Amino acid sequence: MTKTKREITRPLPKHKELDSQEFWAGTKEKEFRYQQCDNCETVIFYSRRHCTGCTSGNLVWKKAAGTGTVYTFSIVRQSYHPFFRNMAPYTVAFIDMDEGPRILSNVVGIDADEVKIGQRVQLEWEEHEALNIPLFKPV
Amino acid sequence: MSQTRDAAIVGIHEYPSRDVEGEVTPLQIKAESAARALEDAGLDWSDVDAIYDAGEGGGMGGLNIAEYFGLKPNVIDTTMVGGSSYEYHAGHAKRDIAAGKASVALLTYGSTAHSNATAIGVGGRGGGAHPADNMESFVGQTLIANYAMVARRHMHDYGTTSEQLAEIATATRYHAMRNPEAVRAMEDLEFLDIRETSIDDVVNSRMIADPLHLLECCMISDGGGAVIISSADIARDCKKPPVWILGSGEATKYPENGGDITTSAAVQSAPQAFGEAGVTPAEIDIAMIYDSFTITVLALLEDLGFCPKGEGGNWVQGGKLRFDQSGGPALNTDGGGLSSNHPGMRGIFLLLEATRQLRGESNSQVADAKLAVAHGNGGMLGSRHAAGTIILGSD
Repeated sequence: MTKTKREITRPLPKHKELDSQEFWAGTKEKEFRYQQCDNCETVIFYSRRHCTGCTSGNLVWKKAAGTGTVYTFSIVRQSYHPFFRNMAPYTVAFIDMDEGPRILSNVVGIDADEVKIGQRVQLEWEEHEALNIPLFKPV
Repeated sequence: MSQTRDAAIVGIHEYPSRDVEGEVTPLQIKAESAARALEDAGLDWSDVDAIYDAGEGGGMGGLNIAEYFGLKPNVIDTTMVGGSSYEYHAGHAKRDIAAGKASVALLTYGSTAHSNATAIGVGGRGGGAHPADNMESFVGQTLIANYAMVARRHMHDYGTTSEQLAEIATATRYHAMRNPEAVRAMEDLEFLDIRETSIDDVVNSRMIADPLHLLECCMISDGGGAVIISSADIARDCKKPPVWILGSGEATKYPENGGDITTSAAVQSAPQAFGEAGVTPAEIDIAMIYDSFTITVLALLEDLGFCPKGEGGNWVQGGKLRFDQSGGPALNTDGGGLSSNHPGMRGIFLLLEATRQLRGESNSQVADAKLAVAHGNGGMLGSRHAAGTIILGSD
């Protein structure tokens, strides 16, 4: 049996995890899904089965438009993970989606040194087989 | 609330080696430290009736450690909140002693993170069962980047500079150079150019995750230690002067939509601890504050109430955090995680050095030190973390 060299890929989410499953199912359709409570209107992200704002609400799935703002970021220059080591330097950022969800992601399509807090960004899907990864690029 | 002096730290030990070269286990470090701390107090294994343990020895934490030590305690508390676990343990020990459930409490820590080459700093994060892992592991946010994101936002909101953050690294290195065990640690871990550092040294060191430089990041060492906490009755008969646990507070924080990343859980834990102790930050002589990175200390100084939110950068300037300067508390007088030891969960060392200061045993002794705060931050400052605040006082 010959050993094939394994491709070094981005670590992908595990589908088995039930709370985040619907979010990742949405990415397959290139939809950014989040939840909002129909009672207290709390935005829930990451997704869960219960509302954290009240005990009586039902969570309704919504679709974000895909635009947001860089809340904060760092430029990673050193990582031991083989995929990210090859990618360095790269930007990790918290993105505040216009609808409320705050997501940790990468800002791509721009030199890392050009990224700024307050910068407007939009979704840029990185395509994979079973799901797509939500990254962000400047508007 | 009026201050109570019903529980005191009566015995301590810090495991001296930061590089055991794979020849000592974490459990052995814990047991050795426990025995030395009991000797320091003038107590024996048989006096211990309560164990507090974060489970880093493996297995079923509290169960395994009781057997390994050969103890049959009445109280077992396995609170595990990362590096702040030991502040939680100290607070819980005081509570259990005050309630009459325990009289001699044993806290231990042992880690061989350096020998194991455990990537606690720049390693990529693996996935896990928690949904947050599924939502974050694809990003490649190293631990340092997590803290760097706090620093970046702090700079944006308040005009904080790298030079101001560097004040924290230079103060801890200043203290480390006076601590022979810290100097040996830096030698054993092959630090280059071991000496006092300047602001320029720090800001000119290699960028690891913007805006944090190499000399703003803690080391990865081996190490451990133990703390013995007893009732007031027993404390009076111990060998060393008691260091009273005057107040405790705990809190958690996690990413929230629209939340403020520059403010930590300490804003919730500190008022509990200072309120119970009946003291204010201005009265504190010694500040043992978890220095995983420079930004950790800056944010925590603000959140503990030493200065208003956002003014930390200006406040730390001019070297006031050094043990021989006035105008602020002496910070991490053992050299801290930045320059003495950081085996992964540093909270126990905050209690150890605070106790040394209040006994008059530190290498960077503050004259007539009466009050100390030990504040642990477990988990990650820029996302989910646990805060544990302990106020300590001498007789």
